[in-house]
Amino acid sequence: MSAASAKRTIRVIVNGEARECDVEPRTHLVDCLREELGLKGSHLGCEHGVCGACTVRLDGEIVRGCLVLAVQADGGDVRTVEGLSANGTGRELQRAFVARNALQCGFCTPGMLAAALELVEQRPNATRTQVREWMSGNYCRCTGYHAIVDAVCEVLAQGAAAKTITGATG
Amino acid sequence: MKAPAFDYAKPRSMVEVFALLQRHGADARLLAGGQTLLATLNMRLSEPALLIDLTGLAALRAIGVEGQVLSIGALATHSEVERSELVARHAPLLAMAVPYIGHRAIRNRGTFGGSIAYADPAAEWPACLAALDGTVVAQGPGGERRIPARDFFRGLYQTALRADEVLAACELPCTQPNDWFAFDELARRHGDYAIVGLAAAARRDGRALRSPRFAFLGAAATPLRATRTEALLDGRALDQAAIDAALGCIKSELDPPADPVHSSAAKRHLASVLLKRVLEKAR
Amino acid sequence: MKRDEPRLLEGRPEHAPALAPVTADPRYIGVAVPRPNIQRLVEGAGTYIDDIELPRMGHVVYWRSPVAHARIEGIDATEARKMPGVIAVIDGKQVASVCKPWVAVLAHLQGIKSAPEYALAIDRAHWQGEPVVAVVADTRAKAEDALAKLHVDWEALPAVTDIETALDAATPVIHPDLGDNLCFQRTLDTGAVDDAFAKADAVCETTFHFGRHTGVTLEPRCQIADWNAPEKRLTVYHSFQAPHMMQDLYCRQFSLPEDAVRVVCKDCGGSFGIKVHAYPDDFATVAVSMLLKRPIKFVADRLESFTSDIHARHHRVKARIAAAKSGEILAFEIDDLTGIGPFSVFPRTSGIEGNQVVNLTGGPYKHKQYRARMKVVFQNKVPTCQYRGVGHPIACAVTEGLVDLAAQKLGIDPLAMRKQNVIPDDAYPATGASGIRLEVLSHEACLAKIERMMNYQGLRAEQAALRRQGVFRGIGFATVIELTNPSAAFYGVGGARISAQDGATIRLEPSGAVTVMVGVGEQGQGNDGIFAQIAADAVGIAIERVRLVMSDTDITPYGGGTWASRGAGIGGEAILLAGLALRKNILDVAAAILKRPADGLAVFRGDVVDAGTSEVLMALSELGRIAYFRPDTLPAGFQSELMVTRHYAQRDYPFIFTNGVQASHVEVDADTGFVKLLAHWCVEDCGRVINPMLVDEQMRGAIVQGIGGALFEECLYDQAGQLLNGSMMDYLVPMAAEMPDIHVAHVETPTRSSKLGAKGAGEAGTAGAPGAVMNAINDALAPFECAVHSQPITPEKILRALGKV
Repeated sequence: MSAASAKRTIRVIVNGEARECDVEPRTHLVDCLREELGLKGSHLGCEHGVCGACTVRLDGEIVRGCLVLAVQADGGDVRTVEGLSANGTGRELQRAFVARNALQCGFCTPGMLAAALELVEQRPNATRTQVREWMSGNYCRCTGYHAIVDAVCEVLAQGAAAKTITGATG
Repeated sequence: MKAPAFDYAKPRSMVEVFALLQRHGADARLLAGGQTLLATLNMRLSEPALLIDLTGLAALRAIGVEGQVLSIGALATHSEVERSELVARHAPLLAMAVPYIGHRAIRNRGTFGGSIAYADPAAEWPACLAALDGTVVAQGPGGERRIPARDFFRGLYQTALRADEVLAACELPCTQPNDWFAFDELARRHGDYAIVGLAAAARRDGRALRSPRFAFLGAAATPLRATRTEALLDGRALDQAAIDAALGCIKSELDPPADPVHSSAAKRHLASVLLKRVLEKAR
Repeated sequence: MKRDEPRLLEGRPEHAPALAPVTADPRYIGVAVPRPNIQRLVEGAGTYIDDIELPRMGHVVYWRSPVAHARIEGIDATEARKMPGVIAVIDGKQVASVCKPWVAVLAHLQGIKSAPEYALAIDRAHWQGEPVVAVVADTRAKAEDALAKLHVDWEALPAVTDIETALDAATPVIHPDLGDNLCFQRTLDTGAVDDAFAKADAVCETTFHFGRHTGVTLEPRCQIADWNAPEKRLTVYHSFQAPHMMQDLYCRQFSLPEDAVRVVCKDCGGSFGIKVHAYPDDFATVAVSMLLKRPIKFVADRLESFTSDIHARHHRVKARIAAAKSGEILAFEIDDLTGIGPFSVFPRTSGIEGNQVVNLTGGPYKHKQYRARMKVVFQNKVPTCQYRGVGHPIACAVTEGLVDLAAQKLGIDPLAMRKQNVIPDDAYPATGASGIRLEVLSHEACLAKIERMMNYQGLRAEQAALRRQGVFRGIGFATVIELTNPSAAFYGVGGARISAQDGATIRLEPSGAVTVMVGVGEQGQGNDGIFAQIAADAVGIAIERVRLVMSDTDITPYGGGTWASRGAGIGGEAILLAGLALRKNILDVAAAILKRPADGLAVFRGDVVDAGTSEVLMALSELGRIAYFRPDTLPAGFQSELMVTRHYAQRDYPFIFTNGVQASHVEVDADTGFVKLLAHWCVEDCGRVINPMLVDEQMRGAIVQGIGGALFEECLYDQAGQLLNGSMMDYLVPMAAEMPDIHVAHVETPTRSSKLGAKGAGEAGTAGAPGAVMNAINDALAPFECAVHSQPITPEKILRALGKV
């Protein structure tokens, strides 16, 4: 193998922690997370960029972890499902998912939560239809989506209610 | 699957990009958003020796207006285009099309220039560029050149870009008063590549559309401007007879390629339905 | 026969269940308790097979046939072996030296035949995707690099790819020793079918097509095979539904004693039947581990999954219905031709799906006359086998499609037609025209409930008004029966070593907590939840103190795993019996400690109490301390037995059937042929509902999976046997934006075959959804006097039916 495709050292902040590892250029971000950094919570369902199981947050926005090279994340900030409960909205989504059985086998769940978190943060007024459209980038075979949509809408409604309260007093 | 091994470089300047392209030629591929390229590599459909990551060239991300021209940097992501107030104001057609592009996670990485350069005939941006008679700005070792959309898309995934060139930006004419735009597409699932779609632009002139441009996606090997139908409607009052004539014309003008699920006849029919809907909204 | 009144559960009851409780303090059974074991999944702390790493573990990838049928002429691994990180390249002959071939037939499918299949093909590859060579390396990436350098010489052979001509004389025979391409056939005739058709006032006939499709579990198939040579012990970590079945098969195929094999299932990212079959690459991976004497991991790539996971449901059914002008259904007749792969799949066979179509067509209805002819033919395509619902989606769509045709012809409302013809709720036990034995169903109650739930009259009025405006909405029904809680009639009687019973072991820990060991596993359906609910109620403790150990053949009682919707009814019953037995033993210990009669004591919420006054006498933790650490304080001759095992087999009926009804509301765009799913309703009766929320979610997920086959999913092949759309871009699975909200209600008619009274709920959704959606689309198209009976129903097919293309 040529030296040119030999491993590079990358430095990434993952869930708030500075990490360093050596990866081949061809290694995608999720394989780096799983194989080099021991973070098995991010999953691979297709590696085509279609199923969304690999969705993680890079530099503040959701990406397909199978369509980002680890070397492209050098110097970046990555948030995975393992760090989700550090985020208040993330914790709320986790709670709502459990309460409404919005997960069955759990394999799509880390990607679903990442997508849902960005929705709640970026589209706080999303309607149920808009929630369905936004979440349609993540494949679930178990739930049929209804409970997932319910869980996300519940967190949106909580957020809206909280704003109403603070709005009244602020 | 796992991608085959390749080397990776992230140049800091266009000069460095050209040098790498010159040295590696066809063994190198340019990497922008990677949403198409990396999927292709993950399926081992291609084995480049080197990926040249362009995303270090910050200048290529800018979206700006100069005079009557809106310039979208090649590296502007679909999400940035979606968020851009300049795009909303000066190229509303793009704002209409962007919700159809994949899903949020794809839009956060995929780039405007990457989509144009890849030239998938079922993608939204190439058709929008064609409908707006936009211009591709290509940079090469010899300098910069501008390629009008009508000359840019040459065949299936083939463009006028030379092997040593980089698509640096796209220029679109800023929208004028009385400009009219429409975008519609049919896909089995939200975010999928279109079965067929239509990016339309024109200038309103009373009850007529002046200089109508109908660029279809998914109807040919490239975005297809339905020039005969455009000529038929140009300046003509948009009444039922005009619409019927346009639909008759478009059916003879389009010969879409069949795919394993949709026949050419069905795609032609769907394209005519899109045109009908777009024209009826314009009345 | 007197039967319990069916009770109707609205939505999700939070408190007392409607049926008489099976335990003294019914805190959890019947309640929508969130699953206690999924917190770790939302925190990314699950353990799926690919998460496991073992020392010296190698990764295997398979060279698979690129064409439908090929003679393998030679394998040159010289270059491949030199690639970095490569451990070995292994071919079919080497694998055959440790692994026997198999033939997937069962004695009770009379006349079924198939050919010997090898773990890795040797002389011939029989489908595009059949594994031929194993390449093993340090990492998957390196193994794939080496795979690219492997040179296999092969010569294409003619492929059999058309079911209609598979049995023609001119068509090549895939396995010459078998004589023809017929795997299995069956006929059934009640004897007076022609009379029924002759005297009918309405005869409706059509041909239904069902496209081959597949499961697409989000977690691909995967396993780690770990042959410990010094120990002569094989451990397989498998994403799978039936660990004991694989333990048995590995033993027999590799000539190992049964105690030499351990199969362990951890978290599983979706199964749906895809992961209940024994695949050639499962055996090949084990063989590689044995030959190399190290752990070997196999994770199917997604592209690989499309050409190696079992496919299912390719049927062409010519069908007709005879009815009287009163609306009475007189007879059904079907001629079903179904195409499988080049082998019947091991060990459950590929004859079961067609067999079920024969058994289940017409199932909900009272008619007496029925004739069925069914042929299963080999194809050079991916092998097919049981996938969620198995033959039910086909039988139900055929039945329900014919009922709608008859209703339309007779001018009778389709819901009224169903109400008139279903076996009445007070007519059980009953035997269907096909011979199926039905313990007790509640079609009438379900039909009445769905009518109210969906505001049927309101929807019809709206439909009429919208039609006048050129908006075409449709309503479609599907009455469903679904087999669950199977007895040995399903597989055992045919000679398959697939357990029809299950057992649960339950142990009181010294702390007063309880550990339950059960072979029935968890793949997302919520067994870990309902089993905890049942155990907690049975013993009398808080659910937080119940821990489950599942799916480990070294630890859990011998059992069948999950399939045919048996987890709740059979696994749950074993747990209930074990829990009640433990409770009794706990009271015996308490009696010995307290020197009081056991029948004056009870276990209540973690304490031993006075049965009459409820006075708390002793915490279970205290009882545990004494029983385990201070037996010296107990009466002479008394021994505490605080670990109990109970088994259960359902032996009353071949299957315990469930029933339900679904309704689909759609809008068809007559210009584009696109279908919008507006809403979906489901009333289901799975007997005692242990957790209404989990049943709702099983129904919803199953319904969406059925919608996939009805509208989107098909494995498309060209004439040469090449799969054209084997990627996630081109094979369309349902995503959230196109799916409707799905409203579920319950009716509870418990089974008397068990104490728990629970039937299964995992597959009924998939059984009914395709029929309901197809009927709704055709109802929308009724003004155009056309219909589509070919699934998946694509815009192309609708446009052609409308004459627009």
